[in-house]
Amino acid sequence: MLGVFRLIKITLKKEKNNKEHKSSDKMLKIKDLHASVEGKGILKGINLEVGAGEVHAIMGPNGSGKSTLASVIAGNETYEVTAGDIFLNGENIEDLSPEERAHNGVFLSFQYPVEIPGVSVTNFMKTAINESRKAKGLEDMPAKDMLKLIREKSELLEIDRKFLSRSLNEGFSGGEKKRNEIFQMAMLEPKLAILDETDSGLDIDALRIVANGVNKLKSKDNAVVVITHYQRLLEYIVPDFVHVLYNGKIVKSGTKELAMELEEKGYDWIKQEAAV
Amino acid sequence: MDLKDKLVSSFLAFENNVDVHNPVHDVRTEAIKNFETKGFPSKKLEAWKYTSLNGLQKIDFSIFPKKESSLEYKDVKKYFIHQIDTYKIVFIDGVFSSNLSETTHDGVDICLMSSALTKPMYKAVIDVYFNKVASKDESLTTLNTAFSREGAYIYIPKNKVPKKPIEIIHFSTGNDVALMLQPRNLIIAEENSEMQIIERHQSLTSNAVLTNSVTEIFAAKNAIVDYYKVQNDVDSASLVDNTYVDQKDGSHVKVHTFSFGGKLLRNNLNFYQNGERIDSTMKGITIIGDKQHVDHHTLVHHIEPNCESHQDYKGIYADSSTGVFNGKIIVDKIAQKTNAFQQNNNILISDKATINTKPQLEIFADDVKCSHGCTIGQLDEEALFYLQSRGIPKKEARALLMYAFANNVLESVRIPELKVRINKLIANKLGVNLGFDL
Ligand SMILES: Nc1ncnc2c1ncn2[C@@H]1O[C@H](COP(=O)(O)OP(=O)(O)O)[C@@H](O)[C@H]1O
Ligand SMILES: [Mg+2]
Repeated sequence: MLGVFRLIKITLKKEKNNKEHKSSDKMLKIKDLHASVEGKGILKGINLEVGAGEVHAIMGPNGSGKSTLASVIAGNETYEVTAGDIFLNGENIEDLSPEERAHNGVFLSFQYPVEIPGVSVTNFMKTAINESRKAKGLEDMPAKDMLKLIREKSELLEIDRKFLSRSLNEGFSGGEKKRNEIFQMAMLEPKLAILDETDSGLDIDALRIVANGVNKLKSKDNAVVVITHYQRLLEYIVPDFVHVLYNGKIVKSGTKELAMELEEKGYDWIKQEAAV
Repeated sequence: MDLKDKLVSSFLAFENNVDVHNPVHDVRTEAIKNFETKGFPSKKLEAWKYTSLNGLQKIDFSIFPKKESSLEYKDVKKYFIHQIDTYKIVFIDGVFSSNLSETTHDGVDICLMSSALTKPMYKAVIDVYFNKVASKDESLTTLNTAFSREGAYIYIPKNKVPKKPIEIIHFSTGNDVALMLQPRNLIIAEENSEMQIIERHQSLTSNAVLTNSVTEIFAAKNAIVDYYKVQNDVDSASLVDNTYVDQKDGSHVKVHTFSFGGKLLRNNLNFYQNGERIDSTMKGITIIGDKQHVDHHTLVHHIEPNCESHQDYKGIYADSSTGVFNGKIIVDKIAQKTNAFQQNNNILISDKATINTKPQLEIFADDVKCSHGCTIGQLDEEALFYLQSRGIPKKEARALLMYAFANNVLESVRIPELKVRINKLIANKLGVNLGFDL
């Protein structure tokens, strides 16, 4: 039994060695990505390319693997990548830790931000920024610049100052958590932002604030992947491309009209098409 | 010769150096008899089930320092909270160091046990307080009592507050031998007085050191005592700390114990509430690794009605380290309206680390509020990923989570510079260079 396992391991390794290390320098390129958790396959061959300056929306029914895809891109080791590659600006990122991916400009706005009692929002952001700077060989950000940055970005997201001294996400409402995610994004200024259902739990005012925050950060040099159930957010953050993820695969891609079609007709027709 | 025999026979030599006609010596004689009968506590005793002193007893400790050592302040400055002005009672290998100390008799007595035990002017106080709350039965306490000669003596009269915090520091230099130390502290806070004490034992050698310390604290009516124990010794040093607190009406005594270093640490912390409206607080952060061992045994005895006790101990255990928390709460039948809270939370960082945690409640009153809880967990992987995804490296992310887990214990630390120091010690212990500022 042991011998068999060893054999499999060796072949897997071989396969990995044959992998491509370079690819065209699209910001994000995902090729035939398979991922599983506890032996259960969740992503079953994802192909996706996102260029700088683009906004992509990923839609799809619950449980189809959207959050898993986001987590795998961000480097969550809970999920095992069993096949395929992810390239960031042409570099294969398979060996990069989550923090290294962050240092390379990846940001994930969590669907369910984690509550961390005992770490204040401010201290968390200071640590995150200074650790990222350290990784780039830079000195800590001077305290007064940090304060200025925090003030500026919290104003952009209309976050109350008192909020910043509270424990990270602890006792925050759903909407506060999401707004806080975008505040972190604004602080870190990522190249590739993946927003996982950032719209859920937001009322219309908060949605506008969050969307405005995201739009302020958009430029021709960075890209945004918006994961959502609803067309609503896409009225504010207008996608260049829309993809439908179902059962671990992208089953349909199109432009923003596809999102409207999904809003109208639901997902049943997609499921039926996929079943054929 | 085993350590017990060596100690008992050393008592004769000890008697050549103290005044055997002083009534204090009767107390010592009584105590050595008890120790001779009982010897070192064995693992057969329930209270010592998880902490073995066998290994230490095999070491050939010197009972008295062979020669006097001196230290330069600049070489040991880092062990003081040097950012603030403090009174200092400093010992080197058990011997008072006048050049490192700053004692006072200006309205308060912050000085030496050796003076208090021998000078007539202190006799009245010694008669009332010496060895009055310390156990006459527990063998290591009686061992200390038998050899009690030196330590800190602090007497704060009614309505007085010393101008600054007091540091009690015991250095050991080893002087090429293994050394056993028996410091004895007596701390008296009279009515309405207030004080803050920081205690530290620091070995400067890789020779073995075993400190068996006894501290008696008396808090009279409405007195406030904040006591901080900083335990961050080298891994050849072991400490058994026996602290006994006697409290009267309306007094508040807090003991914070920060255990990060040392080979074996045993804290026996005993509170006796002899009055009403008393508040007793015991808090601790333990962060250890390698093969370190830390054992917290707490006791709070609610003897009178309308009192409170609060216990909050956090422990983080890495590698093959072992921890013990045993919290005993006794509520006497007449101690109605008692509020007793106890909390012990632990994180095990490695599969090989262990913690034995046990609340022990003996409640004889019926109108009491008593809560206790203990948890043992691991670091939250999801939280770890969340922090990493923001660019915080794994090691720092883990450290931040561990710090967050323990830092509420620091809320009640009333010396800001000490809080900063503890933060630094925690960062060092966790191997990171983080500020941890809140
Ligand atoms: N950590 C996990 N452990 C076990 N199953 C998981 C885990 N994460 C996701 N899954 C499963 O993978 C599937 C896809 O989940 P998810 O990626 O969250 O979908 P979506 O975000 O599209 O709703 C679901 O069946 C879910 O139960
Ligand atoms: Mg999801």
